[in-house]
Amino acid sequence: MSKLNPLFIGLSGVMLGVAPWVINAAPYESTMGLVQKVFYFHFPAAILFLVAALICGVASAIFLFGKKPRADGWAIAAAELGLVFGSLTLVTGPLWARKAWGVWWVWDPRLTSSLLLWMIFSAYLLLRKYGGPGSDKLGAGMALFGMANVPFIYVSVNVWRTLHPQTSVVPTLPTDMGIPLWFCFAAFTMLFMALLNLRARLEHQRARVVALYLAEDEA
Amino acid sequence: MRFYRALFVATTLAVTAPIMPVNAMQPPAQSEFLPVEDIPPGEQIPAFTMLGAAYGFVWVALLGYVWSIARRLQKVESELADLESRSK
Repeated sequence: MSKLNPLFIGLSGVMLGVAPWVINAAPYESTMGLVQKVFYFHFPAAILFLVAALICGVASAIFLFGKKPRADGWAIAAAELGLVFGSLTLVTGPLWARKAWGVWWVWDPRLTSSLLLWMIFSAYLLLRKYGGPGSDKLGAGMALFGMANVPFIYVSVNVWRTLHPQTSVVPTLPTDMGIPLWFCFAAFTMLFMALLNLRARLEHQRARVVALYLAEDEA
Repeated sequence: MRFYRALFVATTLAVTAPIMPVNAMQPPAQSEFLPVEDIPPGEQIPAFTMLGAAYGFVWVALLGYVWSIARRLQKVESELADLESRSK
């Protein structure tokens, strides 16, 4: 996998560079017009935000119940990526909303629960950085609550009345809107996978550094 | 006395002459605010600005994050190599 990282980063960089032309070729949406094209970056970032929460939760469960310390490195990596992709989602969304809805933000279930998940990631990372001994297990518990939030965020637009488009928008996209969307989604996913792998490697190398310092102290 | 009167009129005209056409062009002072359904097209939020800001933010954030991971990884790996060479 580590050999694929430069390939994935390079390929996703090229694809994201080409993306504005691919997106420009897509037709305008009938009610929102040009600003709807934020969707082609907003949707992949939002889905990967949720994927990061799932990875963080599963890795934390493996760490907590399976007693596998390496899984904790994957959980930290996924939490950091969740924060990054969550930030992309929560910044691009209001920029789209201001033009399309006339407001930057509404406290509807989708937006509020997404903000809550972003805050859980922030709290998790602050806890891991400044929490001291025992923060790994406390953080893992917090990550499980973050993961539990994911299905709620996903279905919220279908269950409650909201301004946010429903989940049926993506499966019913016409082909000339679907091609740029899945093109951008592929680019974002490759970048996400490469960054997750590199960030987990960073955490595993940090663990080795700590182990070597401890061995030096004992010697 | 006639001279002073002529000077006063000339000065008054000289000072107020550039102001008068401006005053003539100014709309009357607004006495009430009237709501409308749609704002004029020139005052609407440009979609391109929002789109450009969204894409610009994504690009800058992702490039910054890639750079941050590369820098942190390089630092840890050099520290690890240093420690491993010391322990041998």
